[in-house]
Amino acid sequence: MALRELSSLEKYLGLKKPNKYSTQGDKKIPVLQNNNGPPLVGLVTIACHLVKEAKRPELLGDSAESRAVVQQWLEFRVTRLDSYSKEDIKTILKDLNAYLQDKVYMAGNQFTLADTLIYYGIHPLIVDLAIQEKEQYVNVTRWFNHIQHYPGIRHHLPPVVVLRNRIYTSRHH
Amino acid sequence: MKLFVSEGNPHCLKVLAAVEVTGVHCEAQYVSHEEKVVPFLSRPALPALLLPNGQHLFSSNAICRYMFEVSGVESTELCNQWLEWEATDLQPALLQALHMTVLQGKGSEVSKVIQGPLNYLVQSLSKINTPYLTGEAVSVADVVLWAALYPILLDSGRFDVGDLWFDRVNGMHACQTAAQKVLQGKGHECMKSYMQRQPAPQISQCRDMQPSNSTPAEADEGERLVSEEEIEAAALTWNKGLSPQATERKHPILPQEGKRNILLTSALPYVNNVPHLGNIIGCVLSADVFSRYGRLRGWNLLFVCGTDEYGTATENKAREEGLTPQQICDKYHAVHSSIYKWFQIDFDFFGRTTTEKQTEIAQDIFWRLHKNDFLVEDTVEQLCCENCKRFLADRFVEGICPHCSYPEARGDQCDKCGRLINAVELKARQVMELIPVVILLHNSLFPFGLESQLEQWLDKSTSGGDWTPNAKQITRSWLRDGLKPRCITRDLHWGTPVPHPDFKEKVFYVWFDAPIGYLSITANYTDKWEKWWKNPQQVELYNFMAKDNVPFHSVVFPCSLLGAQDNYTLVNHLVATEYLNYEDTKFSKSRGVGVFGDMAKDTGIPSDVWRFYLLYVRPEGQDSAFSWADMAMKNNSELLNNLGNFINRAGMFVMKFFEGCVPVMDLQHEDKRLLALVGWELQQYIQLMDKVKIRDALKHILNISRHGNQYIQVNEPWKKIKGGDTERQRAGTVTGVSVNIACLLSVMLLPYMPTVSQTIRDQLNAPQSCINTMLQGTGTFVCALSAGHRVGTVSPLFQKLEADQIEALKKKFGGQQKTAQNAASAQPVTVPVPAAAEVTTVNGVDSEKAKQLTQAVAEQGDKVRALKAQKAEKAVITAEVAKLLDLKKQLAVAEGKSPEPAPQKSKKK
Repeated sequence: MALRELSSLEKYLGLKKPNKYSTQGDKKIPVLQNNNGPPLVGLVTIACHLVKEAKRPELLGDSAESRAVVQQWLEFRVTRLDSYSKEDIKTILKDLNAYLQDKVYMAGNQFTLADTLIYYGIHPLIVDLAIQEKEQYVNVTRWFNHIQHYPGIRHHLPPVVVLRNRIYTSRHH
Repeated sequence: MKLFVSEGNPHCLKVLAAVEVTGVHCEAQYVSHEEKVVPFLSRPALPALLLPNGQHLFSSNAICRYMFEVSGVESTELCNQWLEWEATDLQPALLQALHMTVLQGKGSEVSKVIQGPLNYLVQSLSKINTPYLTGEAVSVADVVLWAALYPILLDSGRFDVGDLWFDRVNGMHACQTAAQKVLQGKGHECMKSYMQRQPAPQISQCRDMQPSNSTPAEADEGERLVSEEEIEAAALTWNKGLSPQATERKHPILPQEGKRNILLTSALPYVNNVPHLGNIIGCVLSADVFSRYGRLRGWNLLFVCGTDEYGTATENKAREEGLTPQQICDKYHAVHSSIYKWFQIDFDFFGRTTTEKQTEIAQDIFWRLHKNDFLVEDTVEQLCCENCKRFLADRFVEGICPHCSYPEARGDQCDKCGRLINAVELKARQVMELIPVVILLHNSLFPFGLESQLEQWLDKSTSGGDWTPNAKQITRSWLRDGLKPRCITRDLHWGTPVPHPDFKEKVFYVWFDAPIGYLSITANYTDKWEKWWKNPQQVELYNFMAKDNVPFHSVVFPCSLLGAQDNYTLVNHLVATEYLNYEDTKFSKSRGVGVFGDMAKDTGIPSDVWRFYLLYVRPEGQDSAFSWADMAMKNNSELLNNLGNFINRAGMFVMKFFEGCVPVMDLQHEDKRLLALVGWELQQYIQLMDKVKIRDALKHILNISRHGNQYIQVNEPWKKIKGGDTERQRAGTVTGVSVNIACLLSVMLLPYMPTVSQTIRDQLNAPQSCINTMLQGTGTFVCALSAGHRVGTVSPLFQKLEADQIEALKKKFGGQQKTAQNAASAQPVTVPVPAAAEVTTVNGVDSEKAKQLTQAVAEQGDKVRALKAQKAEKAVITAEVAKLLDLKKQLAVAEGKSPEPAPQKSKKK
């Protein structure tokens, strides 16, 4: 899974030569053999490395503050979205929904690596949501729909249909 | 830029150390663990950093990285990698380790949890030749990893973590300063309150920690592999002799030096209600199973309970039945006693709260609280009946909960959210439509100022004892809301008088008074009651109850005892069940839904089967439901086909093939393997029972008989008995092992089904000493019936429950299920015509009529609402409202509730 994400990311970044990855441990943590040093281990570490290689530093944030925010959500991705229990799902969606209420992207007004990796990570959760739940987490759904249509991002994942209009309006009666 | 941290929170070490190391200017504010700093997170998350742009950081690693970046040091790829590893691999293991060390006192076992990640760190350290993880200078990776490991390495040099590196970072002044700030030199103690507020870490591979939510038989367990050592050990145990027979219980039971002394209470049932199955499983039955088990384990145990008899409800009931309150109590105390007797609840003493001792002890506690200045005088609003100038029992008022809007909240407590309510706070109070009510102020006394003592004690008790998760959670939420003074007096007659001259006319409020009943009931049992109740050094106290009673046992009552300052024994283990529903609705006496204690025996189903099924669906960890169909199924599949079948076959083989004498057993490897399997199940049973997981433990009994049935099926002794010598010998071994397993089962069943258990031993003619042998230590499955032992007469233990029988019972007790036709022929009633009708029922509950009236009230209510919505004429609405009120009065009568002092009362009598 992580390997397909990395290869999608490579395509998005326009890296010409695809890298070769291996995995380690039960959790299949990705490993990148590095010609000029020891191997890099971990999804976030490798993804940041690819972004630097592609000379797209703005994807990691354009200020110290936004870089911190991006790193925070990348960590969220590998700690919260890679292993969760059923009860966690609600909390994750609820918190993200509250967070995204006044934001276009994960780090505010600019598309970053955090959007890409959170999108890949949250895809399995969103696929399972009923329409009503998608409406309940309307900010997450809006953001998700935006990112899946962001040029060059989706690649290996199937699109998720998101209704644009609420079926039930509150002024129904 | 502002940093929010809390004391004793290990994650705050990282950020404070980063601040110190980098020297970044940043204001640190100390807040409580529960403070919600990050607005979009539903759980409190600390540390948190408020960035200059108004955004929040809630990840401690991101905060540290930011500090370093602001100070001019950007994090390298290698740093990134360490931080990612710390978050994904090291942290989960550390959290579990901290949980074990700080809360469970299992510090010695943490190495197996953190050894994996530590090895990785040590290996990596051995490959680098720089002083720090990523180079010649301290980096964010060093600070984060040091801070993560520090709390767990605090009191031990037990782990090798590349001493040089750790000591180097640890020796930095910045790190020591941060450690001092967070842990205050108090070590693990300081982290306790933080850790208690965290969800327990998920433990993934631990076999004995299976989730307890699935019902016993459905939790499918794959074939277990048994090691050779286990097999040998089981065979050795098998040949051990029986222990000497235990001495008979001698009353009065008193604590003994050198024994585990257990005082066990179950919540005191209120006297004027007939208990329903939910009450029985939640309190007395669960406590009974545990006390029987405890005696088998050889603990010195006293089990007391009794009826709670004071209060307005009793006064009302007395007026209704034309008796004195004392007569009512006598009458219903006998009803309770006989029900519990039928259910074989083996109390050491079943007392009552209306005794001299109660007055004496309650008044003593009161005076102590008073002298220690824990009582405050204040007034409280109370609902009062205008006609008869009496205050109304809180429980008597029903309305909408002001906190969670639950429509059926009672005047003392909401059954949904569990919060305590003052009756006057209820919205849409129903009783007001029946009785004219005014609100009066009345003087009261409140205990206060005990919070810190209580919190200290709770920390100790909840971490050291077996509190069910719901009990901990309810208590925690109470503390979080803050303790408010609660009124301990009421203006009634039927109660323990308040001894203070300024409050002469008052009695103690039932929630101050009732738990003191545990003490006074014990005092009525023995003069030496203080050896139990003022002896926390020697005595462990278990309280059993349903979850709605938790706050009174974990907060209210302990406050009284702590404030009295007389070395009282406080609860060590608080065992609370969730709710038992009836066929997917709530038990309700007034609606005639459900089976009540006194009706169970009329069903013709034996008490033991009732006990078995109630314990099988015990609401342990989540609500569960009683279902007739399910009861029949469990009886037929588990008791009849599994357990009963195995025990009966084993006994019958001895009778038929071996003239009633246990044959010689020559154990083969396969037999020993079975002994090991059975021994393992026995061990699980004991582990679970020790933790009061009554329902989960039952599963392992049924597993054993399943193993047994399979063993018989594979070995076919009924065929082998007809073969040659070796085959006959094999049949003998299989039969002998099986009948010994039956004997073990009888012991394990004793807490659950005492009669069946004794019947099995009678049929097998088993020595009585087997019951105090098998449950010793971690489980001791010995050969109790050796070769040559003569068994008694074997006969079937259980009967099939037929579908039509069950269908009939379901109809009989189902309230709603009853058809209108049946009801009409049974009793001429004037409803559902929504008109006033003379009510002619005799005293007591008329469930059928109540049901129809409920329907009529609902219809009339709809009609009124419709008229109001259509803006109909006022006179029309008034007339219809009058009809509605009248119907409601009739309903109250039919439900056996006292609608008094409404005028209807005279008609009714």
